[in-house]
Amino acid sequence: MLELLASPPVAITLDAFTDIDFWTSVGILAGIYTIFALGLQLNVGFTGIQNFGQAAFMAIGAYAMAILVVDHGVNFWLSLPIAILITIAFGLLVGLPSLRLRADYFAIATIAAAEAIRLFALNARELTGGAQGTFGFGDEWDSVSETIEGWIQDIGWTEVPRLFPLLLVVWVVAVVLMFALSRMQGTPWGRVLRAIREDEDAARALGKNAFSYKLQSLAIAATLGALSGFFLALNLKFVVPDEFLPIVTFIGYAVLVMGGLANYWGVAIGAIILWTVLEGMRLVDLPLAGEKIAALRFIVVGMVLILLMAFRPQGIFGKREEMVLGD
Amino acid sequence: MEAGAVTVGQEPSLVERIREEAGRHPARTALVILGLIVLVMIASKGLHDVAQRGLNGLSTGSIYALGAVGLTLVYGILKLVNFAHGDFLTFGAYMAYLVSVTWGLPLIVAIFWAMAMTAALGIFLEKVMWGPMRAKGAGMLQLLLMSIGLALVIRYGIQYVWGTELRQLDVNRTTTVEFLGLSIGRTQLIVIIVGFAVLIATGLMLRYTLLGKRMRALSDNLELAETAGIDTSRVILWTWVFAAGFAGLAGVLAAAITQVQPELGFELLLPIFAAVVMGGIGNAYGALAGGIVLGLVIEWSTLFIDSRWKTTIGFVVLILVLIIRPQGIFGRAKTV
Repeated sequence: MLELLASPPVAITLDAFTDIDFWTSVGILAGIYTIFALGLQLNVGFTGIQNFGQAAFMAIGAYAMAILVVDHGVNFWLSLPIAILITIAFGLLVGLPSLRLRADYFAIATIAAAEAIRLFALNARELTGGAQGTFGFGDEWDSVSETIEGWIQDIGWTEVPRLFPLLLVVWVVAVVLMFALSRMQGTPWGRVLRAIREDEDAARALGKNAFSYKLQSLAIAATLGALSGFFLALNLKFVVPDEFLPIVTFIGYAVLVMGGLANYWGVAIGAIILWTVLEGMRLVDLPLAGEKIAALRFIVVGMVLILLMAFRPQGIFGKREEMVLGD
Repeated sequence: MEAGAVTVGQEPSLVERIREEAGRHPARTALVILGLIVLVMIASKGLHDVAQRGLNGLSTGSIYALGAVGLTLVYGILKLVNFAHGDFLTFGAYMAYLVSVTWGLPLIVAIFWAMAMTAALGIFLEKVMWGPMRAKGAGMLQLLLMSIGLALVIRYGIQYVWGTELRQLDVNRTTTVEFLGLSIGRTQLIVIIVGFAVLIATGLMLRYTLLGKRMRALSDNLELAETAGIDTSRVILWTWVFAAGFAGLAGVLAAAITQVQPELGFELLLPIFAAVVMGGIGNAYGALAGGIVLGLVIEWSTLFIDSRWKTTIGFVVLILVLIIRPQGIFGRAKTV
């Protein structure tokens, strides 16, 4: 034991953690996944519908924006609302038949729909660029980014990291959304959603059209998914099918249960914790091959899900009385 | 009143009568529809092509069926939507790889080893995870998310040990067998034979042995089975032995006709779910039939559309079944 301490086989450096570029990229990913998982929170935590196809909404938002801008020359700002409408349309298309199903069937139907979309993106090469993906939609954003950079420099911070403006915008949007969603939860509309979560039959007996409310909840989740897709695309500067594997939705669920169910602000905290760990593992100088570190990151996500579900199903900041997993 | 019930004094139209008949015998109806599709295909594409693709479909279909029978039993008996089931297949494939390629033992030994180790994994997980969670009264989503976590741990645990490199089992990939003008790879033929032999044995076991009857009883109604004096915890353990063991076998068979890689099982998981849903969740015979039918449908689809869309067809079938007949072709209409 002593010998081991005296001569560590390899040095593990933590230099990356003092690097501002590292924290910028963690912050952007955490922001993207916050917006992404807010949709899951609305569906799972507040409406009780188990949406496992959130990655598809992200994919459609990102692809629709990229294809509109690159192939059809649509203005970037105009492409965003159109892309959101397309995503909502897909959400309704999936929701209309499948929201009538039992929870477990709905989960399987949505994950299948999401995989169908990803495989479509992979195979419809003429439309999506196939495995190479679509790129070249970022010019408009780049000029905005430079403007913001200029403002920050005017304040007196000269060495602004390149991605800092994106970080700023992602989080402004995320905070506005969290605020808006929290407010919506207090409205009669929000209370009906919770009533449906607790007892759909009772809500129906009170004359509420539960199906329509669930569909609205799914449509808003689609909007949030599309928004997260825009930021993902701007962060990567390209859109490829591999970014929308089912694991994206699973990471969203890990974020969700870490932050706790039925708590919008918890989502942000969950996303920040999880992405600090995930990106931190990439940068810590472990004496391992890249492939093994990549594997370890996902093992961490898996362990987070298993351990939280086993020992704290309401999540770190969730309320026990609002726990929606136990029943 | 059932849909399509006849009102007095009014002769039911032909369409209504057909619909009523179809509702009463969904399995027969499905068979008739499948038969019609086959006839149309033969008429448009010729017997040879249809038979040749069908033969390919049988090999993937038997793999789906082997995976599906375990998934459906676990789903029906334990109310567990096990997203880690696909990764049981991967685990089995790597166990076979370890024994046959790395250690150099005969492939037949490797197959039994893979089944035994995957079954052991199933029992281990039941003891440390699923059993205790059921005792706690965990909900459906809670268990579902745990199984997703487990799937990630198994898959990326395998990737940690073996990497993402594509590996191959030491099987004959070149010899083909010719008969009736059709040709099929020898390994593929063996996959079909092994798959069908095990599937028939499983069907007989479920039908005639006490254990099989108990399993079906539990799948039908666990509380009632318990009241009837069935030792449920023993049957549950046996369920895991079969579910995981067959998953291990399916993994080896899949590896024999494709490659050993960490995504092997997850790529098969959704088609396997499709087979389960088609057969009616919890219905083992349904899952067997669903797997074979899905394998055939996917291969036949390549007669009409580019084969790069093959995987997508599986999802489309799954979604269509969920929309049109969520209780499955062989399922009874309950709340779905």
